[in-house]
Amino acid sequence: MVKKLLGELHEFKLPSILTPICMIGEVIAEMIIPVLMGRMVDLGINGGDMAYIVKTGVIMILVALFGLLSGIGGAVFGAKASTGFARNLRKKMFDNVQTFSFANIDKFSSSGLVTRLTTDVTNIQNAFQMILRMAMRAPASMIVAMVMSFIISAKLASIYLVAVIFLGIVIVFIMNNATKYFKQVFEKYDSLNESVQENVSAIRVVKAYVREEYENNKFKIAALNIYEMFVRAEKIVTLNSPIMTGTVYACILLISWVGAHMIVAGELTTGEMMSLLTYCMNILMSLMMLSMIFVMVTMSQASAKRIAEVIDEKTSLGNPSDPIMEVKDGSIDFEHVDFAYSSDSEEPVLKDINISIKSGETIGIIGGTGSAKSSLVNLISRLYDVTKGSIKVGGVDVRDYDMEALRNQVSVVLQKNVLFSGTIYDNLRWGDANASEEEIKRACKLACADEFIERFPDGYNTVIEQGGTNVSGGQRQRLCIARALLKKPKILILDDSTSAVDTATDAKIRKAFAEEIPGTTKLIIAQRISSVQECDRIIVMDDGKVNGFGTHDELVKNNEIYKEVYESQVGSSGDADFDEPS
Amino acid sequence: MAEEKVKEVRGPGARRGMGPRPKIKNPGKLFKRLMSYVFKDYGIHMILVVVCIILTVVASVQGTMFTKTLIDSYITPMIGQENPDFGPLAGAIGRVVIFYALGVIAAFVQARLMIYVGQGTLKNLRLELFEHMESLPIKYFDTHAHGDIMSIYTNDIDTLRQMISMSIPQMLNSAITIVSVFISMVILSVPLTIVTILMVAIMLFVTAKATGASGKNFVAQQKNLGTLNGYIEEMMTGQKVVKVFCHEQQAIEKFDELNEELFQSAYKANVFSNILGPINTQLGNLSYVVCAIVGGAIALNQYLGFTVGGLASFLTFNKNFSMPINQVSMQFNSIIMALAGAERIFALLDEKPETDEGYVMLVNSKMVDGKIVESDEFTGHWAWKHYHKAEGTTTYQPMEGDVTFNDVDFGYTDEKMVLHNIVLHAKPGQKIALVGSTGAGKTTITNLINRFYDIQDGKIRYDNININKIKKPDLRKSLGIVLQDTHLFTGTVEENIRYGKLDATHEEVVAAAKLANAHSFIKRLPEGYDTMLTGDGANLSQGQRQLLAIARAAIANPPVLILDEATSSIDTRTEKIVQDGMDKLMSNRTTFVIAHRLSTVKNSDVIVVLEQGRIVEMGNHDELIAKKQRYYQLYTGNKPEMVTA
Repeated sequence: MVKKLLGELHEFKLPSILTPICMIGEVIAEMIIPVLMGRMVDLGINGGDMAYIVKTGVIMILVALFGLLSGIGGAVFGAKASTGFARNLRKKMFDNVQTFSFANIDKFSSSGLVTRLTTDVTNIQNAFQMILRMAMRAPASMIVAMVMSFIISAKLASIYLVAVIFLGIVIVFIMNNATKYFKQVFEKYDSLNESVQENVSAIRVVKAYVREEYENNKFKIAALNIYEMFVRAEKIVTLNSPIMTGTVYACILLISWVGAHMIVAGELTTGEMMSLLTYCMNILMSLMMLSMIFVMVTMSQASAKRIAEVIDEKTSLGNPSDPIMEVKDGSIDFEHVDFAYSSDSEEPVLKDINISIKSGETIGIIGGTGSAKSSLVNLISRLYDVTKGSIKVGGVDVRDYDMEALRNQVSVVLQKNVLFSGTIYDNLRWGDANASEEEIKRACKLACADEFIERFPDGYNTVIEQGGTNVSGGQRQRLCIARALLKKPKILILDDSTSAVDTATDAKIRKAFAEEIPGTTKLIIAQRISSVQECDRIIVMDDGKVNGFGTHDELVKNNEIYKEVYESQVGSSGDADFDEPS
Repeated sequence: MAEEKVKEVRGPGARRGMGPRPKIKNPGKLFKRLMSYVFKDYGIHMILVVVCIILTVVASVQGTMFTKTLIDSYITPMIGQENPDFGPLAGAIGRVVIFYALGVIAAFVQARLMIYVGQGTLKNLRLELFEHMESLPIKYFDTHAHGDIMSIYTNDIDTLRQMISMSIPQMLNSAITIVSVFISMVILSVPLTIVTILMVAIMLFVTAKATGASGKNFVAQQKNLGTLNGYIEEMMTGQKVVKVFCHEQQAIEKFDELNEELFQSAYKANVFSNILGPINTQLGNLSYVVCAIVGGAIALNQYLGFTVGGLASFLTFNKNFSMPINQVSMQFNSIIMALAGAERIFALLDEKPETDEGYVMLVNSKMVDGKIVESDEFTGHWAWKHYHKAEGTTTYQPMEGDVTFNDVDFGYTDEKMVLHNIVLHAKPGQKIALVGSTGAGKTTITNLINRFYDIQDGKIRYDNININKIKKPDLRKSLGIVLQDTHLFTGTVEENIRYGKLDATHEEVVAAAKLANAHSFIKRLPEGYDTMLTGDGANLSQGQRQLLAIARAAIANPPVLILDEATSSIDTRTEKIVQDGMDKLMSNRTTFVIAHRLSTVKNSDVIVVLEQGRIVEMGNHDELIAKKQRYYQLYTGNKPEMVTA
């Protein structure tokens, strides 16, 4: 998994390697300076040699300069490597998401994808920088300090060795226990946040049912839970610091005692002992660093896993090796089609569908909630692949087409449609990037969107806010239809796309379709009988099966479901809609 | 509807999404307030922590001093002795052991205490935040982006955790160290202290410069991060549309551009914050060298009685002085970040909660000897309980469900009114339908009855009681609401239905589900009534969620019902079945219905046609059709015979 992510370093490999090297440079400077300090005290100050003080001072400044350069190098390269790595990870994920099929998108929720692309990447960026700058530095600093200590006195240095091994074991033990708790804490965190999220978005329900107290209690339990977990985890972690300081103090005392004997015996100088004590601090600091890195890595592991999942996800739909680029006409044939959203779900959503639609026909589709109307049409532009059987568009299996070529000819106005931030022009040009002004206006006229657009002060240059929140539901739907029309498709599918448009306008749009784009095959899913009754033929869906297929008059006569819906809706003239006056 | 409103109230100046962090206005005051939270519950803990930190610092200063005395007083005199006596040295080490032990214990106690201080303060803050949030008026939620509210609980609290449990003890430690070392330095040598202070001044200057530069870049980074996150959010939500229009390439191009901008600013921001450490470390080394040379010159020439031994100690202090200053400067950024978070936390806590000046209560009632008496049990009858303060008496009035709007004006902001002169009378048991185009003010009217918002002018009366006099919880309990946007909670299906009546039995839950026609689909769920719903019921279809919401309202069994597009996502056939249940639910109850489907509206007692916040027509179906105006036009699609106002 880590290797997978590191594969995205690309041009930031060099800085990623240079960072630890620079950090080692800084460590070396850091190690030499105490030696120089010790000498300065020993030979210069205690020896009363001013020239030596100045000479050592100059060397020290040079070393410090070297340390500074290395440090800056580490800072710059580290920043570059980590932020660049983050950039690449984001890009890789985003690019891969663009290849996702609908099935892939369904698998990750869109909010899940957002978190992976934002928070998780930031976590990795921070952890990566930390590792680059510290992971080498800490052990290097420890090793150098060790080596220097051994050079000064192997006997005294062995005290450190024992201490380091002891502390190492203790740290691993502590961290192992602590991470176990931390992991649980983070899971609890998620549920706490979920509870907040729910209350923020469902506040009307909470207040309407006067459930503030109830929610407070629920939250209190979750918060107390987190508190207790955190305290338990941190209690273990706080053992760290006293054990380490204690060990270091023990080392200092041991060295003082043994060192004193050695100095008296002439085996050690006082300056050397001072240096040894400094190294003791260095070793302690490195150990602290290591334990911090350890925590950081375990914490970022979850993020790494979530990112890797997105990168690894292979699109469930691929282009054929020798794709057909041209869609001949707008005929559609379903041949023994079965469809299930996931292979392991027991019951298919669509069962043995056999339909043949001629090019240029207008087909209405009607059926209850969950009768798989949307699933049926989603198969035509290959948003999902059939589980069994085949679908032919223009006489060719949809799986043999180039996906882009197919989708450009099969234009779908989705049930859950979205406009994007930008002007109305920008949004409409999604359908055709090179559409002329006349073409755009014509499409809008067909979709009955021209009237309200022209009433906006900025007309077609009106800026749509994210999610299209500044236009009404009916206006949004008409803009989405215009956008789909601009593709000049051979097949146009409207998945309940005029539900918020009033009856009169709805009829006007259908009339325009019939007159202006007669050659286009049109599939219209609707709840209202009035929206489909004039269609050439109507499909009645029920529980994943075609229950009836025929003209309005035929169905009213001999289809039970259709008749029932018809009667429930029609008193005089159909289902009125009080939204959006024309 | 909800979205529309948010926009209206928000206005042009409001903050959107994840913009750049605003500058902190009054950091000192913020810090003080934050500390007051820490000290409120953990004052004693904090005092003990300070004591422990002093002990730790003293122990470590003692350690430094010990090295000097160890060499000067014990080792050096022994050098060259024939039979050195290690006894005094052993004694000295013994004394230091006590100090060290004290230091270790103090460090341990401090760390332990800080867990409670840190986590406890966070817990209290969280609880206070949540409780306060629950008490805020709906307006708060309509005018603040939900993401912003969420980020207070996630990001801001988290930065506070780091600050309280790490930065504060470290700062205290550093401050105490700085003071004690400074005093020692002054005692040893004033001139060298001045040299050291000079070097520290340079360090602080560099720190200030670098922090400034990194701050500027951090703002740029935050801004770019906000833009990119916004783009990612938009694209991920619209990903299916992107696919349908084969717009992948364009999406990637724009993404690359934003991604690159973020990279550039993040890179710069990180460089500046990274660079501070090495620069200050080496400045510290420089300070050491300068002191050594100046001090050497003074000591060797024996000015001012400064000894060589003194210089050695001084140099150690010099080093111990730069280190904490370095640490403080490193903590600076995180403290600024935490304070910015604290500012947002306090902003939420400072929001005014919903006020409730009502005193009339809703109680279950029964008739005893022709008089209404309060009952502890559910009786199916309700009464308003008035307590008359002046006379000290309590009277009961039967709850009937009569709602009148008397010339009501309302606007989400004072500048822009959305409802004008609304006059409306819902008689007990009547079904009132509100129709009109999006933004006409249908939902707004229902928001006023339950006092989600308060009116600017006019009066709303409930059984002839001004609704302002009714206690809000009692008022809301008397109104059952099913909203267009169905919100469910994490929990089982059964728990979600029971939300309407917490002490409902399983049988009652099933009965309510049956009434709403939800029983049959619930039974088909993998675990029936025990199926867990997560993420706002994401595993259910919109229609199924609406059925659950109806069941939830049904179990609450409220005297007055408000159905805001409650069946909009249910297909007409199912709706017809639900309708039977709903009719049962609505019988003998005053019901407000908002719908755009004729079948839902047609049999209402009164149909109110709204247009741009005004009532343009009112009457029953037949009357309005006969009038041949607005309703007739909406209903038939034909043009009205006369132009309406």
